[in-house]
Amino acid sequence: MRQYGSFFRIRFLAGLQYRAAAWAGVSTQFAWGGLTLLLYAAFHRSGSANFPMTFSQLSSYIWLQQALLALFMSWYFDNEILESVSTGGVAYELCRPCDLYAMWFVKNLAVRLSRTSLRCAPILLVASFLPAPFRLSAPAGWEAALLFPISLALGLLVIVSFSMLIYISSFYTISTLGIRLLSSSVVEFFSGAVIPLPFFPEQLQAVINVLPFASIQSTPFLIYTGHLAGRQALQSVAVQLLWLAGLLVLGRALMGRALKKVVVQGG
Amino acid sequence: MIELRHIRKEFRVAKRGSGFGQAVKALFHKEYETIHALQDVSFTIGDGEMVGYIGPNGAGKSSTIKIMSGILTPDGGTCRINGRVPWKERTAHVREIGVVFGQRSQLWWDVPAADSFDLIRDIYRIEDDAYRRTLARLTELLDLGELLKTPVRQLSLGQRMRCEIAASLLHSPKILFLDEPTIGLDAVSKIAVRDFIRAINRENGTTVILTTHDMQDIEALTERVLLIGRGRILLDGSLSDLKARHSTRRTIRVAYEGDRLPPFEQMKILKDRDGHAEITIDTAVLPVQEAISLLAAKTELRDLSVSEETVEELVVSLYQEFAI
Repeated sequence: MRQYGSFFRIRFLAGLQYRAAAWAGVSTQFAWGGLTLLLYAAFHRSGSANFPMTFSQLSSYIWLQQALLALFMSWYFDNEILESVSTGGVAYELCRPCDLYAMWFVKNLAVRLSRTSLRCAPILLVASFLPAPFRLSAPAGWEAALLFPISLALGLLVIVSFSMLIYISSFYTISTLGIRLLSSSVVEFFSGAVIPLPFFPEQLQAVINVLPFASIQSTPFLIYTGHLAGRQALQSVAVQLLWLAGLLVLGRALMGRALKKVVVQGG
Repeated sequence: MIELRHIRKEFRVAKRGSGFGQAVKALFHKEYETIHALQDVSFTIGDGEMVGYIGPNGAGKSSTIKIMSGILTPDGGTCRINGRVPWKERTAHVREIGVVFGQRSQLWWDVPAADSFDLIRDIYRIEDDAYRRTLARLTELLDLGELLKTPVRQLSLGQRMRCEIAASLLHSPKILFLDEPTIGLDAVSKIAVRDFIRAINRENGTTVILTTHDMQDIEALTERVLLIGRGRILLDGSLSDLKARHSTRRTIRVAYEGDRLPPFEQMKILKDRDGHAEITIDTAVLPVQEAISLLAAKTELRDLSVSEETVEELVVSLYQEFAI
């Protein structure tokens, strides 16, 4: 485990270097969160009956989403990993007594966590002191407060294990640009990053809820706001667990197959 | 102990002609060509040996190294290294080997090499004491000192290669694979690297397998040479055997008046352009003085020199002999 710990540490610390980018990110997220809320406020005023959640729940959802953007970003892929496969540098990593899947997984976790740790605090803090319906409220209850961190961690693991599939696909294609673009738009849309999932038509929701994408950010945020509570909340966490297990098994199997057939390019 | 028996590896390469029409055609129907990178490779290398693995580009050198380091799975044949099958027990196997790919880097570009070394220490779980000792020794032998504190991107190629080699030896591997370790280095760095490899082999008993195109590497380092061509081992012997076998060969370089040399029996004209020619003869068949008088009789010689074959020429003539 110590080796993976070092990977994590080095990546985490490297991520903390980019402070200017973090400040730029924080201000963007504020502006974006604010605009989104104003837009929903306009909808809310014209007819609050159609709203699947209270406005204050929605505010909490939006602010959590903005604060934890870097944790769940669907468009982030580690260029070093992609390049190492396309240029053959992966040969060196294969000469190490480590598990390539675990190594890549840990690297991705570290980047997401270090970016988030720089960005989330100012957003969460300021958002908690905004005027009433627009602010980030406390968790919906002690159950929500307890379940939220668990579900959050699972969500992070699900998005990383999903992006592992994209990394593995780089063994099969020369360029992963197409797959990356496609996957990030699909994930973005179906994970509730554009519009929270409860706003989707009900038939569509039924489909989305069994896809892995709801298990990324939607479940933890809805648990926090109390939209998912009691049995429903526990069920959603169970779905997260199932997807995590499924994606891990699938990723490992594909990785094993890829490494058997790998051809290291260039000399 | 390294043992390869009848190792075989094929690659499928997509082929298409140039031009738009061909590109469109390739969208619907791809034509593949099977490349037999390794057809039947067998050899045994004992502990502490230092072996030069040579052959022209595309002969299968790198493929063999990749198979022995567990990266590539062969299509057939067996390979056992210290009792393990590299690609089946990759993790256990790679603990005992060090690999340097001259054309790739294992050091992080943006940070000093010392940071990469620390990570490697953690990856191999090297004890602190052992790590400090090895690092001190490598620093001394390779004259790393200040280099370790400089970001890798600011190192020269020679400096970087010294760090790369050190990085591959931090875990004191029993076997060291060097894939073109002196590629692109200047004379001073080459000599430093060679001295170091010799020292490591002698003092630690590390088995060294070296692929290179640099015949001086081979001459300076290895006793035993494996020649591979078209995916087969063509020759396995000591460098001195090789030289003895070809010791009757001489190369004659001449400058003469006129256009081209007429053909001579028992003389092989290697190059002939603008009044300069290179000829090899086998002195067992045709003594030097006879060759010279033959040449003098047919052309107007301006200059002439006779030399023994260098290792480089030896290899070229081997390539020719085996038609690879």
